[in-house]
Amino acid sequence: MNKTLLILKREYLTRVKKPSFIIMTFLGPLLMALLMVVPIFLATISDSGLKKVAVLDETEWFKSKFENDENYIYSYVNDDLDSLKSMVLKGDYNTLLYIPKPELNIPVNAILFNAKQASISLKSSIRNTIKTEVENRKLLSSGIDPEVIKSSKTNINIQTIKLEDDGKESKSYTEVDVALGLITSILIYFFIFMFGALVMRGVIEEKTSRIIEVMVSSVKPFQLMMGKITGIALVGLTQFLLWVLLTLGLYSVFALLFGPEAVSQLPAGTNMIGQNIGAAQISGNAQVTEIFEVINSIDFGVIIFSFLIYFIGGYLLYAALFAAIGSAVDNEADTQQFMLPVSIPLILGIVLSNFIVNNPDGNIAFWLSMLPLTSPVIMMVRIPFGVPYWEIALSMSLLVAGFVFTTWLAAKIYRTGILMYGKKVNYKELWKWIRYQ
Amino acid sequence: MQFIQIQDVTKAYANHLALDKVSLSVPKQTIYGLLGPNGAGKTSLIRIINQITAPDSGEIFIDGEKLQPKHIAQIGYLPEERGLYKKMKVGEQALYLAQLKGVDKIIAEKRLKVWFERFEIMSWWNRKVEELSKGMQQKIQFVVTVIHEPRLLIFDEPFSGFDPINVNILKEEILRLRQEGATIIFSTHNMSSVEELCDTIALINNGNKILEGSVKEIKQQYRTNTYEVHLTSVATALGDSLPNGFHLLSKLVTGYNEVTATIQCDPYVKANDLLGFLMDFGQIVSYRELLPNVHDIFIQQIESQTDKN
Repeated sequence: MNKTLLILKREYLTRVKKPSFIIMTFLGPLLMALLMVVPIFLATISDSGLKKVAVLDETEWFKSKFENDENYIYSYVNDDLDSLKSMVLKGDYNTLLYIPKPELNIPVNAILFNAKQASISLKSSIRNTIKTEVENRKLLSSGIDPEVIKSSKTNINIQTIKLEDDGKESKSYTEVDVALGLITSILIYFFIFMFGALVMRGVIEEKTSRIIEVMVSSVKPFQLMMGKITGIALVGLTQFLLWVLLTLGLYSVFALLFGPEAVSQLPAGTNMIGQNIGAAQISGNAQVTEIFEVINSIDFGVIIFSFLIYFIGGYLLYAALFAAIGSAVDNEADTQQFMLPVSIPLILGIVLSNFIVNNPDGNIAFWLSMLPLTSPVIMMVRIPFGVPYWEIALSMSLLVAGFVFTTWLAAKIYRTGILMYGKKVNYKELWKWIRYQ
Repeated sequence: MQFIQIQDVTKAYANHLALDKVSLSVPKQTIYGLLGPNGAGKTSLIRIINQITAPDSGEIFIDGEKLQPKHIAQIGYLPEERGLYKKMKVGEQALYLAQLKGVDKIIAEKRLKVWFERFEIMSWWNRKVEELSKGMQQKIQFVVTVIHEPRLLIFDEPFSGFDPINVNILKEEILRLRQEGATIIFSTHNMSSVEELCDTIALINNGNKILEGSVKEIKQQYRTNTYEVHLTSVATALGDSLPNGFHLLSKLVTGYNEVTATIQCDPYVKANDLLGFLMDFGQIVSYRELLPNVHDIFIQQIESQTDKN
């Protein structure tokens, strides 16, 4: 068997078999699912059954303002407070709402008496009712009809239509584009750092355990480096794929258990593809359908394809540099001085991505998405807004050229570095290694 | 028959010359001691033979063929700084390293079992390397070095870290490997093991070869014509009346009329004349030539080199 393949296999298997990998892989989506499920689950539990609420309203402002719904039945009572309290304790009522007479101009107070803890939803619905009523009263006392205020509230809905070269018009939703771009670029950013660091640590481990000299007497340093980088790339892809599959799996199990309505209540952002982000920012059914219409019109083929290319290409580019750093030092503490210049382009990319989404076709956006060190992050931000194919092709070719270059550079540092011990390495030294024949 | 021919190998690092036109030849099926102080260039030379680094100039031939990547499978290398993957299981790791040397997995497994049985370490197969003691790890490392049945073995300080019992086991194994046809290069500072094991030695210092040859020849070459005699029933005092060409270096009177003396002869006199002369003094109990040991030659050569510079 090919030696690089043997190395790849070992790097992959030892990492995938590690308990920490298995735990991370299965716990990640589970935690995420719990995050989605638990609040809804709790809500369905606490809201089960009708609750009776006694209202003791001394202000007499709220007569028939509290409306019964599927959870709460309000009944207006006029007994004295203490006997009502004992009725709550006996269980005749679940909750007693007491609104004392306001003194002078002190704002209205309300007290909820409960045998158990009052539910948050009840509290907020009562607060809203009281607030609206008090506001209306204030408006009336100033001579303003609350209806006028209500009718002056307007929802503005701006539709954006993207004009395509072939005359087609497609609806676009900037929020969706922003969300897609930011989420994919942040994923790439984390993937590069997480697994790049893994490559670096792997190299340092081989160096400090001194296995390296045995290894390079059997294989070429380049084979060892490439085997490690590709092996860890596969670990990353495996983890990512399992996360997606498990999350989708849990998601559908959840949907089966609680029904589709529950799924649509899921908190925004927990959906892997991030489709819900845009939805969460806008209320109203019409807009949600519109967003789904937009999502359907998005060219996911291009996005998924470019995501994979930038995901892998960006990783390969940086992993080679991380491997070189690992080879140049004796322990992880010494990596700092070299980590900084390597991480700056990536961090810059993420920081600038907020700026790029506002101007995805600007000059800065264009050049940063061509530069291989930043293109994996920046181009992913731009792609959902629509980028000409030639730009994507050029950027990808530059990325490939970039990773061929960094790999070549890293290999030169690596083959010298792995056999160098006890030497404080600086940039001048690295430059010397690069020029060795 | 030479197995390894090293011709004018030069290797320079940024600010020093590690090897300066070094030529060595290692006879087939022998144990060849590569000696030299720290920083002499031994590791540089070993790395070049292992093709870890390339020489700046010069050539290396292995069994008549120019050294090339395919020879990696025929070389086994035990570096001075031992190392294994700490988290990996012993058997799995040995298999992996054997496969990297180009041995088929099934064959590797068979051979490993033989070696593990021989060293009585079969029970370690499924243990992680980090659970083993340092000496245990060294044994594994040795097995891994020889598992692909290389024709050339390079051991760098193989006995460091072993207890005396295991040193003996290892020596036997090394001798057996030579018996089975392997050529062994043995880099060390441990001179007693050199005399015991090596057929040929080379001494290098500051990137230059100082001497090379069979242990016997070198000892002869550096003989100082010094003899140790042990006499009893000594009648007259020994020392003042030695004939021309003989010098008394030391004299030790032990017990009644018993003397141990070291005497050096000038090159032009015959040692046998000394014997005849001594007979007149008393009863000769023992008489032997004091040959320099490799340790002395080593130190003497390095010091004379340093003086020259």
